[in-house]
Amino acid sequence: MSRALVLLAVLAVLLAALPAVAGPYALSVATLILYFAYTGQAWNVMMGFAGQLSLGHSLYVGVGAYVAGGIFFHWGIGPWAGVWLAILACVVFGLVIGFLAFRFGISGVYFALLTIAFAEFTRIGFDHLGWTGGPGGMFLKVAQRDTWDVLNFRGPPLMYYYAMLFLAIAAFIGCFLLLKSKAGYYWQAIRENEEAAQALGINTFRWKMLAVVISSAMTAVAGVFFAFYYNNLFPEQIFHISRSIEIILGPIIGGVGTLFGPILGAAVLTLLSDGITELLAAFGWEIPGIKQVFYGVVLLAVVMFLPHGIWPALARKLRL
Amino acid sequence: MSADLVANVVIAGVLTGLVYGLMALGLSVIFGVVRVVNFAHGEMMTIAMYATTILFAALKLDPFLAAVPVAAAFFVFGYGLQKALINPFITRPEHSQFMLLVAVAIIMVNGLLMAFGPDARNVQVDYQLESFEIGKLLIDKARLYAAGAAVLTATALFAFFRFTLTGKAIRACADNYLGAKVVGLDVKHLYALTFGLGAICVAVAGCAMVVLVDVTPGLGPYYTLLAFVIVIVGGLGSMGGALLGGVLIGVSEALAGLFIVPSAKSMFSFGLLILVLLLRPQGLLGRKA
Repeated sequence: MSRALVLLAVLAVLLAALPAVAGPYALSVATLILYFAYTGQAWNVMMGFAGQLSLGHSLYVGVGAYVAGGIFFHWGIGPWAGVWLAILACVVFGLVIGFLAFRFGISGVYFALLTIAFAEFTRIGFDHLGWTGGPGGMFLKVAQRDTWDVLNFRGPPLMYYYAMLFLAIAAFIGCFLLLKSKAGYYWQAIRENEEAAQALGINTFRWKMLAVVISSAMTAVAGVFFAFYYNNLFPEQIFHISRSIEIILGPIIGGVGTLFGPILGAAVLTLLSDGITELLAAFGWEIPGIKQVFYGVVLLAVVMFLPHGIWPALARKLRL
Repeated sequence: MSADLVANVVIAGVLTGLVYGLMALGLSVIFGVVRVVNFAHGEMMTIAMYATTILFAALKLDPFLAAVPVAAAFFVFGYGLQKALINPFITRPEHSQFMLLVAVAIIMVNGLLMAFGPDARNVQVDYQLESFEIGKLLIDKARLYAAGAAVLTATALFAFFRFTLTGKAIRACADNYLGAKVVGLDVKHLYALTFGLGAICVAVAGCAMVVLVDVTPGLGPYYTLLAFVIVIVGGLGSMGGALLGGVLIGVSEALAGLFIVPSAKSMFSFGLLILVLLLRPQGLLGRKA
């Protein structure tokens, strides 16, 4: 454990110092890694801890982004207020989905497909919603790049990097505490064997709902970040199932149910994706699609040969 | 709005729905036996559609005749895919299987993109513009043929499962994995066979579908989602349910396009899916797990 703590402290210091040496491109890649580390951690609460496979987490990113972005766009209300509304909206969505699914005993594959259905349903709904601009998109006024307007969360890329770093660290610590709490142990019992957990007197419905609430609230914050970082929102992009898959890939590749898995997975996948782009550009092979084919082959290899993800295998090697 | 128009739209919906149903039947058969959700299902369908356009462009082969070689190739492909990639995953957790098939799907979509580029392709046959007139009803010839091919393939599959020994053995695997092993069935081989049969459904559905719509690499994920919706509405693992679900979705899409806005048509399907999942999670014709 102490080795892990040392590793963690070194990592945090390195990440905090990174902007001193990184150029704008490296900084944007690092921000993206932290973003996926954070969303992966949020998804992991539901799947890795409580065993509920969600394939529709883009729903919470999208709703969070549109709520906070929408009230900023229309009424100029900044994200410090918007984030709470975004969390509230996503928790309501999560509660509805969780209540319907768990009340009616929907689990496993069926639960996963239900989450896809809700995300798709909402995507098409937003396509027909005038308030958010429909399929034409919603565009927040682009930030002044040279001043730190923390109150409205507008500023240079460096500000977004540190915000994301803060979120990723907070999510890591939060998940560590959750996993060691009563809820964490109940979740793991439910994940391993729900009937046995129920037989022990655990109210599985209530604890599964708690996992959905925490996971959706965390993902809502990522949505708010998304809105203010990218400034433009399209239902077609933000709610798309490929967005949900992006969120899921990190923790699965890194190691489902582990605390380091989502971080490692996010780093590996983002760097892999960028690395492939650079490599192909260097060889002059710029055929559309070739990058994703390589990416798919690597995913295939990892999932075949490291069934529990990279982190558990690496942790054994490092004797953590 | 006249009753004739509505009747015409409903008939077109039923016919297209039968093709959807055949595609979903492949997914349902695979899940019913192997218990793996094929997340690359729609992507396989687009590959079949591209194969048909190539055979048409190179040999002027009619799409419905092309269905025979394409289906044969898909059977071999499906058998190999199950044997090499999916069989080692059948005892792994669902998210692991999901990852595997997502990776396969990513490779398929982008492989098509590399090979054919992003532009839409189609086949042009003369019966695409013709139709049968029955009283005031107009039935597109192409749509009718497509539905006919779907029904024929589905019937053949039903007959295979009902009347052949191999079909019976596969049903035994689906009912009781351990029991099937105990009586000495080669389960891995039967699983691969099942995936091959599912691939045949997708292949024929693809050949029929490309007569009705243009194909782009990006269609794959859309068809995957559509197939999910259909099998869940009909009952995951139920063969009749897949066809019924296909027809229901086909008709609801057609009517939603007529009465509401066309772009909202799949919202209707997903709404139906959510309702079915909540009220009858095993699907309309599914058995309780």
